[in-house]
Amino acid sequence: MTTVRPPISDFDDAFFWEGINSHKLLIQQCGDCSVLRHPPTPICANCGSMNNQASESEGNGTILTWIISQHPTEPDEEPRIVILVQLDEGTRIVSNLIDVAPTHDQVLNDKRVEVCFVDYDGTILPQFRLAEVQS
Amino acid sequence: MSGKRAVIAGIGHTEFSQNSGRSTMQLAAEASLASIRDAGFSPSEVDGTVTFSMDTNDELALIRSLGVPMLRFCARTRGGGGGASATVQLAAAAVESGQADAVLVYRAFNERSGHRFGQPVQANPDPVWNWASPFSLNTPAKVYSLTFQRYMYEFGLTNEDFGRYTVVARDWASTNPNAQFFERPITLQDHQDSRWIVEPILRKLDCCLESDGGVALLITTAERAADHGSDAVPILGSSAIQLEGGHEMFAYYHEDLCEYPEGRILGEQLYRQAGITAADIDVAMIYENFSPIVFLQLEAFGFCGRGEASEFIKDGHIGRGGSLPTNTNGGLLGEGYIHGMNNIVEGVRQLRGTASNQISGAEHVLVSAGRSGIILGR
Repeated sequence: MTTVRPPISDFDDAFFWEGINSHKLLIQQCGDCSVLRHPPTPICANCGSMNNQASESEGNGTILTWIISQHPTEPDEEPRIVILVQLDEGTRIVSNLIDVAPTHDQVLNDKRVEVCFVDYDGTILPQFRLAEVQS
Repeated sequence: MSGKRAVIAGIGHTEFSQNSGRSTMQLAAEASLASIRDAGFSPSEVDGTVTFSMDTNDELALIRSLGVPMLRFCARTRGGGGGASATVQLAAAAVESGQADAVLVYRAFNERSGHRFGQPVQANPDPVWNWASPFSLNTPAKVYSLTFQRYMYEFGLTNEDFGRYTVVARDWASTNPNAQFFERPITLQDHQDSRWIVEPILRKLDCCLESDGGVALLITTAERAADHGSDAVPILGSSAIQLEGGHEMFAYYHEDLCEYPEGRILGEQLYRQAGITAADIDVAMIYENFSPIVFLQLEAFGFCGRGEASEFIKDGHIGRGGSLPTNTNGGLLGEGYIHGMNNIVEGVRQLRGTASNQISGAEHVLVSAGRSGIILGR
């Protein structure tokens, strides 16, 4: 059983977690200059606009780097693969890779992944699976 | 050298241990008093302080223990250990501008017997953790490993490569009586026998030595130090670099995950200020919470090329008799983790000629905390 520490959303990232609860991966987007940004910020650093919108990601990306998260002295904790994903839209996000055995004798760098949403005892998180097509 | 130039006039520290048995305020006060006396100053002459934003020892509580009657400059550095050398930058700016005459820099904690930084975060300390802890990225070892993995993948490194750094650090520590690992050198096999923290990236012996202790510096101008007969070491350069999108822990959003951009820019700033190049550095003190961060910094500061740090270390450059003796006190893995401040003390000692592992003729020392740094020189 994976125990998840829920996010503590605040004004600036509430839209993101609301999107996740509706199974949408949202990327903050400036309503004026259209620049995407993640993690969210209250003001667009590109144009100074506070017209903050969100754009739904297609959820496709590439693993830049990854580790297996497992407490070194508490073997009961469920190991999870942590990944840093480069989304095709251009922003990056930390997440987990699921449906892949958490072993270190594999190369996951540069693998294509696609988003899915998993409910961990009431906390819904964006997660990723390996894409069927690896190109 | 101008008499207005900032110098480190005094150094002080407690013992470095796993259980100090006393308050962090006492550690701060002991180290502070030692640094003031080492400089030949009286506490009544101190009129400024700098510490870390994370430090729990309040300035006003501290000066009640020291006999400092008044402060006219108090500053704190952002972030964690990455700000270690920025304390010196702030103090130097204060004395060179005339905002203060003598600035006490201090950092003290019970980071082993009290709150341990290496443990999993219990509540998100700030919103940036929303992008990490729900996904099990909840300890410094894991957070940093996520960047180290790409570096290993890109350059074909294994944990043994990182172990070669630790072996050198423990060798230096073995002949430094202040080091917690004094007289305890290790072999690469010992390193490889230590347990995994984040397999296959970090073993236990790749991690800094969580420690209790305090360190302090007394910073003033060259002419004031001369008036007091201090054995003062000039600060030839000091800078701290923060980049939009950067972060000391979550360094996930800059283009090239295999480089340390803040360190690269920092190096350029420091060399320009000091009027020297990487080749002129005689001793490097490089902040290491985890061994791989040394590799990224050796490359960022131009001591070797991109991806070449493992060969640089394998070739013996950073050890005894090497071209760039590095972390000659044993570093934060070998001497103790006082948030990087003990590396500044070692830099001063190397230039005074009083280090346990003295490098003869050392004229320029780089003390890097990754994103903040100083060059000390004679």
